Amino acid sequence: MGMDILDFEAPLAALQKEIESLTGYPADAGKEREIARLSTKLDEMRREIYSKLTPWQTVQVARHSQRPYVLDFIEHLFTGFVEIQGDRRFGEDPAIVTGMAWFHDKPVAVIGHQKGRDTKQKIRRNFGMARPEGYRKALRVMRMADKFERPIFCFVDTPGAYPGIEAEERGQAEAIAVNIREMARIRVPIIVAVTGEGGSGGALAVAVGDEILIMEHSIYSVISPEGCAAILWKDAGRAEEAADGLKLTATDLLELGLVDRIVPEPVGGAHTAHRQTAQMLNKYLVEALERSERFSPEERVEARYQKFRRMGEVGLEVRNGS
Amino acid sequence: MSWFKKEKAPLAPIQHSRMPEGLWTKCKECSEILYTKEIVKNLNVCPKCNYHIGLSAVERAKSIFDDERFEEIETGLFSNDPLSFSDTKNYGDRLSRSKKSTGLDDAVLIARGCIDGIPVVLAAMEYGFIGGSMGVVVGEKITRAVELALEERVPLIIVSRSGGARMQEGAISLMQMAKISAALARLDDGKVPYISILTDPTTGGVTASFAMLGDVNIAEPKALIGFAGPRVIEQTIRQALPPGFQRSEYLLEHGMLDMIVERKDMRKTLGRMLRFFTQSVKPATGSGSSTETDSSTSRSRVQKEESVS
Ligand SMILES: [Zn+2]
Repeated sequence: MGMDILDFEAPLAALQKEIESLTGYPADAGKEREIARLSTKLDEMRREIYSKLTPWQTVQVARHSQRPYVLDFIEHLFTGFVEIQGDRRFGEDPAIVTGMAWFHDKPVAVIGHQKGRDTKQKIRRNFGMARPEGYRKALRVMRMADKFERPIFCFVDTPGAYPGIEAEERGQAEAIAVNIREMARIRVPIIVAVTGEGGSGGALAVAVGDEILIMEHSIYSVISPEGCAAILWKDAGRAEEAADGLKLTATDLLELGLVDRIVPEPVGGAHTAHRQTAQMLNKYLVEALERSERFSPEERVEARYQKFRRMGEVGLEVRNGS
Repeated sequence: MSWFKKEKAPLAPIQHSRMPEGLWTKCKECSEILYTKEIVKNLNVCPKCNYHIGLSAVERAKSIFDDERFEEIETGLFSNDPLSFSDTKNYGDRLSRSKKSTGLDDAVLIARGCIDGIPVVLAAMEYGFIGGSMGVVVGEKITRAVELALEERVPLIIVSRSGGARMQEGAISLMQMAKISAALARLDDGKVPYISILTDPTTGGVTASFAMLGDVNIAEPKALIGFAGPRVIEQTIRQALPPGFQRSEYLLEHGMLDMIVERKDMRKTLGRMLRFFTQSVKPATGSGSSTETDSSTSRSRVQKEESVS
């Protein structure tokens, strides 16, 4: 597949090109040795670069156009997928995919943002920016799963809820708000995996769960770095600084107590190996589901409440007698 | 539980009035230069165009409660700047300055008092405190207000006036949406009424969580209410927005609000709704059950269901 090269990956691309130039006919032992040497160097360099991505570089990886989306995870992790469409109120929103599937032979509901790979798909999927219909469809499927006691998996990857006239007219805010509230009282397990961009309310609207997993090079933020920079510095160009300040990387979020576990990605990022990425995620999903299934529905709802109830404690200072 | 039975009205807290200053005030909506005293006398509503000028949290509480009397609760909570955030100013400095200028801990005031004799818990947002933005303190205080309302089975009123989640606390702010909304789910399960009042402006994560989740959602006239800000939408769609877009009247027309209520009618409207929610209803004749006669306490409290412990 044609791979987008990120800025900081330029040295990797250059080395790759060098290797490719040697692979041409005729081959000889000297060339072979050189190829082997450069390939090892490439792997080391890739490991080195990806082991210390800056927050802004992480944003780039999280947004990579070849990153696996929900349909990729469905392909690699689930069987028998049956898509469910429409919110039964206004329309069908392809920015969120929902459906029935089997996870290790267990019937489950799957929900996730789909960004679209090529231009045509990107437009159809609206770049993964859902309208109210998408959130309402997701809630409809979650309620169905609740009714039939099927666990729910949510794959989060969105720049944010769509900021458009018709989205506002049809109650974007209300749709998000209702999802967040209702997810708090769904009785079946809800396992959330932030697999790319966790873009603000548009992400949270399908991310209130028993366990919040986040993939190594994913982000989760209250606002995009560009949006934050535009407001605070009146300069969207200072997104890199904003990305630093917002503490949006997986390790930051784990430290702040906002996510539960970081799922490692293949060296070089999830976009380089979808199947391997899915395999690495699989174990975490299995374990998270197992943990949630140990609870009775009442205990689960209570645990979920307490989980979110504590969020932000780290930033709270109590001074009595004031 | 005991507080609303008190004969004495709760104490009004220290005065931190943020009424328009100076002799003359320019209306932000119609640009008319008005005599400040005239506006204040008119509940901070422009006599010319009926624009409802924003109220501070304290002024809001006074405007809603009987005899302007209330008791501030859930104080002593502060943000410790968990991200050590800094933009053009340090977040810590922004917090200190806002505390000083508003007299509040953060961007919300939690209070209890009575409306039409019916005890309520109120959360009123303070726009003067970093644009009324919601960080962990706002999240915690509103959640406590919700939990208190549920525990004491007293109606909850939240007056929103906020630009949304507070960027300076990153994803912590985002999660406050879930924290508060989860508490509201419990309040809903407990059948304790919640009235949401949306005032100018209410946007972002505040609209996309508790502000839209009232049993009744009320707005003041001409308030800007939306999820995305108008500028963000304009930049996204690259076209001008229709006139009146994201104003109360527009939302009402699109079915997103239950009603628009002018400030002068707010207390009366709230009183009527609170009676609708809390009034005890005698069983239909012929049921044969012996019931206590309506006391002021049972009238003024949400009837507790036997199944709820
Ligand atoms: Zn005016």
